[in-house]
Amino acid sequence: MPDTTQNQTSTGSLLRFENVTIRFDDLVAVNNVSFEMSAGETRVVLGSAGSGKTTLLKAAIGLIRVDSGRVFLLGRDITDLDERQLFEIRSQVGVLFQEGGLFDSINIAENVAYPLVNRKTNPLPPDVVETKVEDALRFVELAHTLEKYPNELSGGMRRRVGIARAVITEPPLVLYDSPTAGLDPITATTIMALIAKERDSLNAANLIVTQRYQDGQLMANFRYNRMDGHLEPVPKNGHGDSEGSNPTRTIFMVMKEGHLIFEGAQARLEASTDAYISKFVPQHHN
Amino acid sequence: MLDFLKPSVSALQDFCILAGRAIRNVVRPPHYESDILLQMDIIGVGSLPIVILIGFFTGVVITMQMARALAQYGAVDQVGPIVAITLVRELGPVLTAILVAGRNASGIASELGSMKVTEQIDAMRALGTDPIQKLVTPRMIATAVMLPMLTIVADFVGLIGGWSIARLSIGLPSSQYWTSAYQALEYNDITQGLLKPFVFAFMVSLVGCFYGLRTTGGTQGVGHATTQAVVVSSVWIFVITSLLTRIFVNLH
Repeated sequence: MPDTTQNQTSTGSLLRFENVTIRFDDLVAVNNVSFEMSAGETRVVLGSAGSGKTTLLKAAIGLIRVDSGRVFLLGRDITDLDERQLFEIRSQVGVLFQEGGLFDSINIAENVAYPLVNRKTNPLPPDVVETKVEDALRFVELAHTLEKYPNELSGGMRRRVGIARAVITEPPLVLYDSPTAGLDPITATTIMALIAKERDSLNAANLIVTQRYQDGQLMANFRYNRMDGHLEPVPKNGHGDSEGSNPTRTIFMVMKEGHLIFEGAQARLEASTDAYISKFVPQHHN
Repeated sequence: MLDFLKPSVSALQDFCILAGRAIRNVVRPPHYESDILLQMDIIGVGSLPIVILIGFFTGVVITMQMARALAQYGAVDQVGPIVAITLVRELGPVLTAILVAGRNASGIASELGSMKVTEQIDAMRALGTDPIQKLVTPRMIATAVMLPMLTIVADFVGLIGGWSIARLSIGLPSSQYWTSAYQALEYNDITQGLLKPFVFAFMVSLVGCFYGLRTTGGTQGVGHATTQAVVVSSVWIFVITSLLTRIFVNLH
C-alpha cells in the first residue's frame, strides 16, 4: 500500500477534505472545500438546492470522484482507490440516502440485514443477524414491519428503515443525506430525534446534509437521555466563549454554490449577518 | 469540428467499459447464482409464450409466400428447405432477439433506471456491493444462456408452422417436408444460427443495463432510458446480423 505515510498524518480524523473540487461538465459543484471532522462530532451541512452539499456527502465515500484535492476517510486516502478497494472501506460507514435508498425488490428485514450479510469480513451466523435486525428496527420503532416491502411504507417510515440499515453495523461515522426532505414538520422532528438518539446511543460521528436549520438546531441543543428514553435539552452552562458552549460538539457548515462559506458553532452561525446564511438561520443578536 | 461526435464516442467508450467489467465479473467472486436463476426465469421462461407464437406465424408466413414464388418454377416441394434455412440462419435468431430486446432490454433498463433515480444503485455501492456484479452480470449471463435456447424453440416452432401450411394448404406429404428441411441444413447454418443469438444476448442485455445505469432526471429519465435501450438494441441486432452473415457466407 503506497498510502501508509498518509495514514499516519491523518489519525484521529474520521473524514478530511483537502482543497476538494468537483466538476460536472461546466458546473463546479464543489469548489476548493477543505474541512476536517473528528470522532464524536456532529456536522450539519446547510445549503440550498444545488449548493453542492449532497455532492460533498457522496464524495466523502467515493461515490463521486473528486477532480482535484484529496479525501481521507477513516484515516485512509480514498482519492485514488479503485471501486473494489472502496467497497471495503465504505462498508465501515453508515449512509442514509435522500429517500432512504431501500432496495424495493427485498423486504424490510432483508434490507436492514444487507450490510451485515454482504460484508466480506466477519460474516455473522443467521440467528445473530436476525436478532440484530430486530434490535435495529425496534430502535427506529418499526419492529412490526419486518416482512413488509419498502413500497408498503410511508416516506417517513422508509427513512426510519434507512436509518436502521445505516447504523446496524455500529459504524463510527454515519452520513445523512437530507433526512427530512419532503416530510411534514412532525415526521421530520421524529426523524431528527431518532438521529440524535442514534448519535447518543452509539457515540457515532454524524454528517447531516439538510436544508432545514431546525434539524441542526435539534442536533446542537438536544441530547438523548438513555434513562427515561426521551430527548432533553442540553443544559447551557454560562461560560460561553466566542464559539458559545457546545456540549453536543455540533458544528455547522454552510455551502453556497459549491463554496464552503461558513464553518463553526451555532452561536457564531446565528450571529452571522451574511444574507445567504440568514435565509436559513433565524437571527437573534443577543 | 467533430465535436458533435463527442457524446456518441464517449457513450461507446462507457459501454465498452461496462461490458468489460461485466464480462470480467463472470469469473470473479462473489457470484449471485440466485439472481442469475431469477433472471433466467424472467427472460427465458417469461419470453417463451410470445416466442412460440411469433415463431409459429413466421413459419406459416414464409411457407405461404415461398410456396407462391416456388410455384412459378414448379418447385413447391422445395418449400421445406427454404423455410428451414431462412428460419435457422436469419429469422429465428433476429426475430427472437428483437422480441427479447422489446421485452427484456426495456425491462432491464426501466428496472435499473428506477433503481438509479431512487439512489438504490448508490446505496448498493455504499453498502459495499458492486452493482455491475450484482445487477449487470447476472442479467448478461441469463440472457446469453436463454436467448440461444429461445431461438432453438422459435426455429422448431417455425418449422412446425411451415409444415402445417405445407400439409394442409399445399398438400405436401409430411415426410417429404421434414426430410428435405432436415437435409438442407448444414453445420454452417446451425453454427451461425446459434452464434448469432449468443452475440445478440450480450449486446441486448448490456445495452439495457447501460441505459438503465446512466438514467438521470427522475421518472421521465426512466422512460427515456427504456426507449433508447429498445431502439439502440434493435438497430444493433440488424447491424450485427449483417456482419455475421457476411462472415458466414464467405466461410461457406
